[in-house]
Amino acid sequence: MRIATRYAATLAAAAIALTACSSDAGDQAEDAAENTAEVNTDAEFEAGTTMAELNEAGSITIGTKFDQPGFGLLNPNTNTPEGFDVEIGKLIAAELGIEADDIEWTETVSANRESFIQNGNVNLVVATYTINDTRKQLVDFAGPYYEAGQDIMVAEGNPEGIEGPEDLAGKNVCSVEGSTPAENIRTNYPEAQLTLFDVYSKCADALRNGQVDAVTTDNVILTGLVEGGQGAFELVGNPFTEEPYGIGLALGDTEFRNWINDVLEEAFEDGRWADAWDRTAGAITGQEAPEPPSVDRY
Amino acid sequence: MQFFVDNFDLLKDAFLQTLSLSLLAGLLALVLGTLLAAMRVSPIAPLRWLATFYVETFRNTPLTVVFFFMIFGLPQIDFVIDFFTGAVLSVGLYTAAFVCEALRSGINAVAAGQVEAARAVGLTFGQTLREIVLPQAFRTVVPPLGNVWIAMVKNTSIAAGFSVTELSAVLPRLVNADAGDLTLVLVGVVAGYLIITLPSAFAVHRLERRVAILR
Repeated sequence: MRIATRYAATLAAAAIALTACSSDAGDQAEDAAENTAEVNTDAEFEAGTTMAELNEAGSITIGTKFDQPGFGLLNPNTNTPEGFDVEIGKLIAAELGIEADDIEWTETVSANRESFIQNGNVNLVVATYTINDTRKQLVDFAGPYYEAGQDIMVAEGNPEGIEGPEDLAGKNVCSVEGSTPAENIRTNYPEAQLTLFDVYSKCADALRNGQVDAVTTDNVILTGLVEGGQGAFELVGNPFTEEPYGIGLALGDTEFRNWINDVLEEAFEDGRWADAWDRTAGAITGQEAPEPPSVDRY
Repeated sequence: MQFFVDNFDLLKDAFLQTLSLSLLAGLLALVLGTLLAAMRVSPIAPLRWLATFYVETFRNTPLTVVFFFMIFGLPQIDFVIDFFTGAVLSVGLYTAAFVCEALRSGINAVAAGQVEAARAVGLTFGQTLREIVLPQAFRTVVPPLGNVWIAMVKNTSIAAGFSVTELSAVLPRLVNADAGDLTLVLVGVVAGYLIITLPSAFAVHRLERRVAILR
C-alpha cells in the first residue's frame, strides 16, 4: 500500500512537471504566432500558376540554412528554424494563404541549393543565397531582399591590424571550400594564404587557436560567429563586395518570380520587412534595419 | 571534355595531394603497425598492454574525431602542427591500428612449431620474429593489408574538411563555381581515386600470387 502511494505521488509529480513543460511550449508557440505575418486567407490566383497550386495544397516546402544565426538557425526545442530568411519565407507563405505551421522547412546547404530546386525537393530556397550569373542559368531568383557584403573577422583587439582585404597579403585567411568569398580571395587577393575548411565553425576554432589570422565571408555569417565567440572575435566592419541575397525558385517560372517580387516590394513598403529584420538578425547585431534593396526584375 | 581541360591543373594538384597523403600515411601506418603487432605478441606484458590500448583507442574512434584532435585539440596544449602533417598523422596513426590487427592475424597463422624450432636452435625473441615469423606472416596478410590500404586511400578524403585541398575538397569548389557540371565534377574526382586504388588492387593480386606459401 505504501509503495503504491509512493508511485502515485511520483506519477502525480511527473504529470505536473509534464503539464508545466507543455504549457511553456504553448506560450512560446503563441508568441511566435503573434509575431508572424497575418495569413492572407482570401488569396486567389489564376488557375495553373504555381501560386494557385501551392494555395490549393495549403502547404509549401522552403529550403533554408539551419546553421546560420540571425538568418536560419534550427531551434532544437521547437525543431523549426528561426531567423530573417525564415521570416521572409513565412511572409511569402502568408501571402499564398499558407499558415506558418504548414510550411515544411528543409535544410539546404550551399552545395545542394541548385539541385534541390531543380529536383523539386523544395518550392523555394531562402538561404543566404547570393544571386549571380552562373546560378541564374540553373535557377530563377526573386529579390534581392537583402544586400550582404564580404567582410573580415579577426581576433579580439585585431592584433594583426587588418583593416581591409589589402591587408590580408601574407596572412593566413580562413574560409569555406567551395564558397564565393573563398573564390574572391583566390582570384582578387592572391597574396593571402587561404586555409579552407568545410564549415565556418572550424574557421572560428582555428582563429581562436591562432592557426589563422582572419576569417572572411559574408558579414551576416561573421556576425553569427562573433556572437558565438563571446568576445574572442571582432568584425573589421568594412564590407568589400556586394552579395545580393535572392529567393531561388525553379528556372522559367516567371509568373511565380514576378509575384514574389511584388510581395517583397509590398513588404519593403509597409514595414513588414524591417519588422522581420528587427526581430531576427537586427536583434543580434543591434543594428537598425538597413534601407531595403531594390528588386531586380531581370 | 572542355571542363577537364579547364580544371586540369586543379584536379592534378588535388590528385597529387591525395597521392602524397596516402603514401606518407601508408608508410607511417605500415611501420607503426608492424611495431605494434610485434609489441602485441611480445613476452613483455606492459608492451602488450600498451599496444592493445593503442589499437583499441584508435580502432574504435571515428577518424573525424582523430582529425579534430590533431588539428584543433593539440593547439589547445600549445602544440601546433601544419594541416598537411596533421592529416598524415591522423590517417597514419589511425590506419596503424588496422595494420597491426591484420598482421597479428598473420602472426597467429604461423605454425607454432616454427617458433618452437627457432627458439630451440637458440634464436632470441627478436630474431625469431624478424627472421622466421614476420616473413611468413606478411605473405599471409597481403590481401587484408591490400584492403586496409584501399580503405585508407578513401579515408584521406576526410582531410578535405581540415584544410587539405585533396580530391574531395575539389568537389565543393567546382560545384560552387559551376553547378551545371555536377556529373563531370564527380567523374573527375572518382577517376582520381580509381587511378590510385585500381592499380593497387591489381598489384596486391599479383603480389599475393607471387609470395603465396604452400602449407
